[in-house]
Amino acid sequence: MADAQAVSVAGGFAYVRGEPAPALPPPFASTGFLGWCRANLFGTPFNAVLTVLTVLLLAWVVPPLVRFLLIDAVWTGADRQACLESAAHPNVGACWAFVREHLAYFTYGSYPIDGRWRVDLFFIMLAVGIGWLLWLDAPRRDLGALYFFGIFPIVSFFLLYGLPPLGLEVVDTSRWGGMLITLVVAVVGIVTSMPLGILLALGRRSRMPAVKTLSVIFIEFVRGVPLITVLFMASVMLPLFLPQEYSPDKLVRALVGVSLFSAAYMAEVVRAGLQAIPKGQWEAASALGLGYWRTLHLVVLPQALRITIPNILNSYVALFKDTTLVFFVGIFDFLKTIETARANPLWATPVTSASGYAFAALVYFVCCYSMSRYAAGVERRLAVGDRR
Amino acid sequence: MSAVELKPDAVAPSRAGGEVAVEIKGLYKWFGEFNVLREVDLTVRRGERIVICGPSGSGKSTVLRCINGLEPFQRGEVVVDGISLGNDVKRIAEVRREVGMVFQQFNLFPHLTVLENCTLAPINVRKTPKAQAEETALRLLRRVRIPEQANKYPGQLSGGQQQRVAIARALCMNPKLMMFDEPTSALDPEMVKEVLDTMVQLALDGMTMLVVTHEMGFARQVADRVVFMDAGQVVEINTPNEFFNHPQHERTKLFLSQILK
Repeated sequence: MADAQAVSVAGGFAYVRGEPAPALPPPFASTGFLGWCRANLFGTPFNAVLTVLTVLLLAWVVPPLVRFLLIDAVWTGADRQACLESAAHPNVGACWAFVREHLAYFTYGSYPIDGRWRVDLFFIMLAVGIGWLLWLDAPRRDLGALYFFGIFPIVSFFLLYGLPPLGLEVVDTSRWGGMLITLVVAVVGIVTSMPLGILLALGRRSRMPAVKTLSVIFIEFVRGVPLITVLFMASVMLPLFLPQEYSPDKLVRALVGVSLFSAAYMAEVVRAGLQAIPKGQWEAASALGLGYWRTLHLVVLPQALRITIPNILNSYVALFKDTTLVFFVGIFDFLKTIETARANPLWATPVTSASGYAFAALVYFVCCYSMSRYAAGVERRLAVGDRR
Repeated sequence: MSAVELKPDAVAPSRAGGEVAVEIKGLYKWFGEFNVLREVDLTVRRGERIVICGPSGSGKSTVLRCINGLEPFQRGEVVVDGISLGNDVKRIAEVRREVGMVFQQFNLFPHLTVLENCTLAPINVRKTPKAQAEETALRLLRRVRIPEQANKYPGQLSGGQQQRVAIARALCMNPKLMMFDEPTSALDPEMVKEVLDTMVQLALDGMTMLVVTHEMGFARQVADRVVFMDAGQVVEINTPNEFFNHPQHERTKLFLSQILK
């Protein structure tokens, strides 16, 4: 205050700063590792108790898990003998030898062995398509979209199902299985549910009563029944109504069921996004002469889908895991192949089931977690682009 | 009252010609049971600058929104540039291409850069080649004095800058008529002037303008005619000089006495 020009007006109420106040370093232990611990782990007594309890819980759970999955695990072996307790192996952990032995079965199901290159080729084409579309800076993403949504499905169909004139013999879908089925169901569900969901969401917001009513009925009906019911209806009831020769393939019926089911959920996700876009955006686009579909495509959907990325991803993760339900209608998805393999008498040991399920959990986790990380990355990237 | 003082010589005399840009005849509109517009008649000639003022809820904005078909109306006739607006979607689209509109809330597209905001409609509606659309957009961004912001997103700009981008965006369609719906009402006081200056510049260049605003300083300096509306009706139309100095209608006198303190 020494340098401040003290103005003695009205008993010292007026004040004019003479020089800027200096910036001081932060107090001790408010930054760095110590500061972080204090703020995040021991901020309040309740927080401190939670921290201690969590550490205790982890200490209780993690070491036995690591011992079972890694330290005591059996990595090689030709049959069940390797994974049985013996004098040499008093503690037997996960039987990874069992998983290794059945890896091909988990991947291809009963797909003919000499035709498995076709499935491998499908996996490669799928990876290329997904990589092309998901890598946001990839060259010619328009071609990527054409490839993924146009060329890839058709080629895959003939590749997997067969095309006798080209020497690809027909492999009935009942022989498909394992990861192949899981990926086919998940990708078809994910890819078809988005456009269908968008159309249903628009339908539900439509001013045309017929379109609106039909959309609402569809969404509410499908959301009101469990997926398993939809699948049973598709696989058991549909053949009752259709003559034998028109009844579609079992897998196709399941695919349609999964797609329609996830479309109904997607519709509600997209609708939430559409509702968040202010009316002014529509008006500004209209005033510029853009029509309904162009406004939707250029202005509204990019924003609506962007804000719903977490919810869309949530639906996709749920859908990916729900694909396991197709096993109730007799389709051999990844989980079902594990389920079948663990009953193999050649590998009957006390740890076989646990190993199989642990492997399944790991695979599902890796798939779902990578989806989640990818979406988080996209969100961050978009957040940099348009800070609001 | 507006803090903006415009130089008296800032605005050239109107170049309003004989050609009719907008003709509104016997316009009636209802929102449900509520009769928002009653017997509105207004003719705007090419090059004319018209300011519409009045208390809130008087239907000023609704008149603008009827001109470019953002609101349907139930009775009367609106003819824009020789095209009569009806329920025909094609004709509404035709009119919208020729009429630029600037909103109170800017309504820029937040997911697009400033430049993309400006080129979106020319490229997709007028089918202008991208390079040419960008050239035009940059020229107009220079005209509203923010060419350096072209690659930023709207969220990174101040309110005044956003509104100037909105003006440039509308101008990119090369409209024959520009409508402003309370363009400065959502702005911080410090930013009102930069937007009004841009609008004055536009008026100087001979643009036909229809402006709903509470900026009486702007009306006084720029308008050829001031339209006063109340309760969905046009109460008085006059030159700014007559309007502010010798208001005829009692309602006008009351309105002016309240805002011109």
